[in-house]
Amino acid sequence: MGKGLPVIEFESVSKHYPNGTTAVDDLTLTMPEGGITVLVGTSGCGKTTTLRMINRMVDPSSGRIKLNGKDISATDRAELRRGIGYVIQQAGLFPHRTVLDNIATVPLVLGWGRRKARARAEELLERVGLQPDAAKRYPHQLSGGQQQRVGVARALAADPPVLLMDEPFSAVDPVVRAHLQDELLRLQDELQKTIVFVTHDIDEAVRLGDRIAIFRTGGQLVQCATPAELLARPADAFVADFLGAERGLKLLSLSTLAGVEQGPAPESGRWRLVTSGDGRPQGWRDTTADGDSAGADLVPVRPLSDGDSLLAALNEAVASPSGLIARVDADGKLTGVTSRDAIHDAAGHEHARAAKADGGAAPAKTDAEGVIA
Amino acid sequence: MNSVDWGWIPDHARDLTILALDHMATAGPAVLFGLLIAVPLAVVAHRVRALRGLLLGISSILYTIPSLALFVLLLPITGLTRTTAIVGLTAYTLCVLIRNTVEGLDAVPAHAREASVAMGSSRTRTLLTVELPLALPVIMAGVRVATVMSISLVSVASYIGYGGLGQLFTDGFQRNFTTPVWAGVALTLLLALVADALLVAIQWLCTPWQRGHAARTSAGKAA
Amino acid sequence: MWELLKNLADWLTSGDEWSGTAGIATRLLEHTQYSLLSTLIAALIALPIGLLIGHTGRGAFLAINLASFGRALPTVGLITLVFLVSGLSMWPVYISLVALAVPVIVTNTYAGMAAVSPEVKDAAAGQGLTGWQVLWKVEVPLALPLIMTGIRLAVVQVIATATIAAYVSFGGLGRYVFDGLAQRDLVQVLGGAVLVAVLAIAVDLALGGVGACLSGLAGSRAAQHAPSPHGAPGQVAPPHDR
Repeated sequence: MGKGLPVIEFESVSKHYPNGTTAVDDLTLTMPEGGITVLVGTSGCGKTTTLRMINRMVDPSSGRIKLNGKDISATDRAELRRGIGYVIQQAGLFPHRTVLDNIATVPLVLGWGRRKARARAEELLERVGLQPDAAKRYPHQLSGGQQQRVGVARALAADPPVLLMDEPFSAVDPVVRAHLQDELLRLQDELQKTIVFVTHDIDEAVRLGDRIAIFRTGGQLVQCATPAELLARPADAFVADFLGAERGLKLLSLSTLAGVEQGPAPESGRWRLVTSGDGRPQGWRDTTADGDSAGADLVPVRPLSDGDSLLAALNEAVASPSGLIARVDADGKLTGVTSRDAIHDAAGHEHARAAKADGGAAPAKTDAEGVIA
Repeated sequence: MNSVDWGWIPDHARDLTILALDHMATAGPAVLFGLLIAVPLAVVAHRVRALRGLLLGISSILYTIPSLALFVLLLPITGLTRTTAIVGLTAYTLCVLIRNTVEGLDAVPAHAREASVAMGSSRTRTLLTVELPLALPVIMAGVRVATVMSISLVSVASYIGYGGLGQLFTDGFQRNFTTPVWAGVALTLLLALVADALLVAIQWLCTPWQRGHAARTSAGKAA
Repeated sequence: MWELLKNLADWLTSGDEWSGTAGIATRLLEHTQYSLLSTLIAALIALPIGLLIGHTGRGAFLAINLASFGRALPTVGLITLVFLVSGLSMWPVYISLVALAVPVIVTNTYAGMAAVSPEVKDAAAGQGLTGWQVLWKVEVPLALPLIMTGIRLAVVQVIATATIAAYVSFGGLGRYVFDGLAQRDLVQVLGGAVLVAVLAIAVDLALGGVGACLSGLAGSRAAQHAPSPHGAPGQVAPPHDR
């Protein structure tokens, strides 16, 4: 999680339209280098306008926006945009160009030459997890998820340090969306771009964001903080409401099982954990059931590793007949079990810790500047 | 006599070929010039809302002038030349071509235009590399209509001597002889058919992304 | 040029030119009669065809291609042919003009019907409307703007083309064009052309008004789909081209 210098700085930026509506109201916000800043809010809250002001698709009515310390209004629009990747809803691919040519767009505009641009496009195609044979296809021949990957590849083509993403995953189904989110995080681990991401989906924001900025209708920034802080200490009722009733559970999605105590699998009691020869958990066996068919009637188990979230652990513990979750190492071998109570305790601790995180926690302090009174 | 004299046709094969070529020498340039004039005007009409109504209105009014009258009115300016026939027909193609080009540009998906601009392409580059290619299917539909219409209208220019196959109508009318008229109508239809097929082929070649599009969507619906 | 316009103005405003059995008023009336009657007959032929193929979805390919074939028919050739075959009667004029108008109306009617979304039709059928009711209560009202566009396109084309009635010795405003051509009288040709254009625009606007009223009756929802008010040929391309 990059926590570098501010790359994008909004200084008292407002956007009013001639018809009297205010899209963005006196916004002061910084977006740090190498981090994902998620702008979230209901429709008409100005989050997309905020994003589009960064590449000057929209010009502010007042205030100043700086990119790497330079006022963007002094930069040539086209030049500015070529240095900023842009991914929009439904990918915004060119229907008349092949996937490869779509990805090569900016390199070609920049005058890289056809060969170099294509080589780069092929490299990116692989990087975003598409098969090489997709190169010659046209966008309409791809699924929504694949199109979105091409959109990301296209935005990355000229290796811009900044990436703007405007609800890029909102048009795909939840399963594909989760995949794309994982891929984005994986890519971000490698590339460390400064990403500004707009969404209306708070779960997506919590999942992706290093920092989340919540906007209210009328273009007001209500709170900007790390996901943990936001979930634990929403600034006001609006934010709390926006985060939803399962705010506490969402917080658990941010912490992992690592460090939660585990013990040996039970040798007595009604439920026994069955493992394979090489130590992989197979399922729970009910010792009170008929002996004959016992081997076949295992209740399935979903083993969890240290990287899984507390939320997943809680979910698994609720579903497990024994109230225990099976813990495994990276190879999938059983390391022990953890009880429902232990997970509850850990969850409670996490919550308490997040709720009073101000004790010297640097992000919370700087984030407070983002809050507009 | 009103039955078709089949022997007449092979006897005049050479004349008919010359007339057909002459026909296309008028209709072809008319569509070409029409396109050269219509596309820039349509781009202006597409971008400047205020001019849209004006340009479409003028081209619609041009269309209401009887073709014969238009040819005659051009006589003092361009004389009894092929230019008169071509200019007259060009004026008629404008209405269809401007309208279709504007519609084609209107139908370009906003996200594609937006993506191009956001990636730092200039307006001209966006027009040439994104908007016009994507508008091509609708523009081509207009070109097909304009071509068929021009081929059908050339015959009117026979009154000023450049009617191509239309000369056959005057000829047949004056001699009260239907065979040349039949031949003229049939050949005009044939020319239109061939030209239309050619345009379909050109469109197929120029729009590779559209191939199999319909098949895929219907397959998608069935799935 | 100025001279010409001045003479034209004189010609158009002269009382002598307007009166009498060969005056402008009579010619205008004849022209209107040829055009409107032809368009009416064409609509009676074309509307059922367009509605039928639009509703059933069958025969669309054939009908649309026949229509584009029909567009290629040289009207001068057709009128000459019918004249030579039938002799001196009104047949050549009406047959040629009807042949001109039918393809335009069929194409636009079909396009209007094809543009009605399948979901809407499905929903209507799902509520228990019969095929006939779906046609009249859903498809036709929604397709009406495009159908009206087709009729307006046809009428403009017919009015411009009705000039050729004079070619086979009939009246109408074409008389001025042909006689002017024969007499090398440019003012007469120009006068005829102006009158035809004005008539075409007036009828087009009038039908536009009628269309707006019909759409209003058919529900404001349909009106939202109305194409731009000024009809023009080729506005609707054969749907398979899009």
